[in-house]
Amino acid sequence: MMSADFTSNFWNLYVIVLVVFGVGLCLFVLMTNNKRHSGPVEVQPHVWDETLAEYNNPLPRWWLYLFWATVIFSIVYLAIYPGLGSFQGFLNWSSVGQYEAEIGKAKQKYDPIYAKFRGQSIEALARNAEARAMGGRLFATYCAQCHGADAKGAPGFPNLTDNDWLWGGAPETIVQTITDGRVGVMTPFDGVLSAADVTDVANYVRALSNLPNASDAAQRGAMVFAANCVVCHGPDGRGQPLLGAPNLTDNVWLVSSSQAQIEKNVREGRNNRMPGFGDFLGEDKVKLLAAYVWGLSNK
Amino acid sequence: MANAQKNSHEAIERNVALMIVLTLLTVSVGGLVEIVPLFFQHSLTKPVVHTKDAQGKPVQVEIKPYDALRLAGRDIYIREGCYNCHSQMVRPFRAETERYGHFSVAAESIYDHPFQWGSKRTGPDLARVGGRYSDSWHRDHLINPRSVVPDSNMPAFPWLNRPVDASMIKEKMQTLRIVGVPYTDAEIAAAPGALTGKSEMDALVAYLQGLGTALSNFK
Repeated sequence: MMSADFTSNFWNLYVIVLVVFGVGLCLFVLMTNNKRHSGPVEVQPHVWDETLAEYNNPLPRWWLYLFWATVIFSIVYLAIYPGLGSFQGFLNWSSVGQYEAEIGKAKQKYDPIYAKFRGQSIEALARNAEARAMGGRLFATYCAQCHGADAKGAPGFPNLTDNDWLWGGAPETIVQTITDGRVGVMTPFDGVLSAADVTDVANYVRALSNLPNASDAAQRGAMVFAANCVVCHGPDGRGQPLLGAPNLTDNVWLVSSSQAQIEKNVREGRNNRMPGFGDFLGEDKVKLLAAYVWGLSNK
Repeated sequence: MANAQKNSHEAIERNVALMIVLTLLTVSVGGLVEIVPLFFQHSLTKPVVHTKDAQGKPVQVEIKPYDALRLAGRDIYIREGCYNCHSQMVRPFRAETERYGHFSVAAESIYDHPFQWGSKRTGPDLARVGGRYSDSWHRDHLINPRSVVPDSNMPAFPWLNRPVDASMIKEKMQTLRIVGVPYTDAEIAAAPGALTGKSEMDALVAYLQGLGTALSNFK
């Protein structure tokens, strides 16, 4: 505890007085019970069952010495560790200090390993077995919860192994995605489009990826698409990485290619979010992660 | 023969009232030294955490009470027994801070009655889970954890999409105010409105997304 942490110095003194008094009382009790008597053993005055009496012996020595040991321990402890009010102890130990020392030691140990990767390009790191192994372990710790242990994603969470990118797959773009995160928003069209329009445009979207569709609905859907969707997904439906708007023509689906799911997406929109890990992980780890992820699609 | 000494411990042993008083005094010393001063320490009584900004400059972050939705979510967290498997306490060890983020500090739980620190981790610690996953991840994960984490052994909570119970929210906030959470009258009056149309899922996700954000590194 920091010395300034008590609301008033009274509490500092309060702790010191009680602790010193407690230790002192123990000492007093020990010293006044320390004497060994010569002569006949004293017997307590109470007697049961006619003859059953109780000796009044002092504690066995070994037991008494254990008490002494606890008193000595407490005095040494209070001298070197915090405990006596605001007194920090001669070791100046604190849990935060111990934590920072641990971090410092780890930094010393691991920094040289990261340092040798610093000057290298992401592409080079993706081919470096050691960097890839480290990236893989970082991925398993920080990324697998959403993108899966095999990086193949889950419905709503992108597959990172198929070289299909929402925000672009260039190495520096991946670094940026991991560092700052991404927010991919698709506006809900419920109320903007009629139910028939939604069905039509979903048929058109399936047609873009050459999936089975009702062709007359898809034809009507093309008009709906041109009027509502091209701003983000582009006139040809190939998407726009700057907005994270997916390419709708490549038969790669974030959630599912089903007619029902596409209609749901159009009606309710999507609000996808990748958290930014830059501040948490730091540049070195982000770089290894980016190399690992880039390498998954660029073998 | 130490007659005075013999008499003194005999006096205590023969007088039950005196013995009770002296026993109580003895056993209360630990509490008086270790517990009572905690109520008079700034780091444990002020809703402020000290940290550093990106440039390493010291900054203070104020801890805010849970808003109505998060408070309702917290009650669902407790009702569903999430604390049985999830702690909310990142300890100051590198192995923990590398995985979860900044270690927990006392002031962060100042408005938790009771706190959810826990000590058993079947699942991961949640003290810094806020902002780490997207809302949709939490929804998918709570309805069926296996849909996003195939190896997960967490139970599914598919019933959370029902409306959140707002009937007692005002009373809860008033009760918390008695024990020191500074809700204003206006906040309490607006609470039922804040829960209107919200599901238990909305409340729980809002609670989770707010956890530990005072010292979070996530944007």
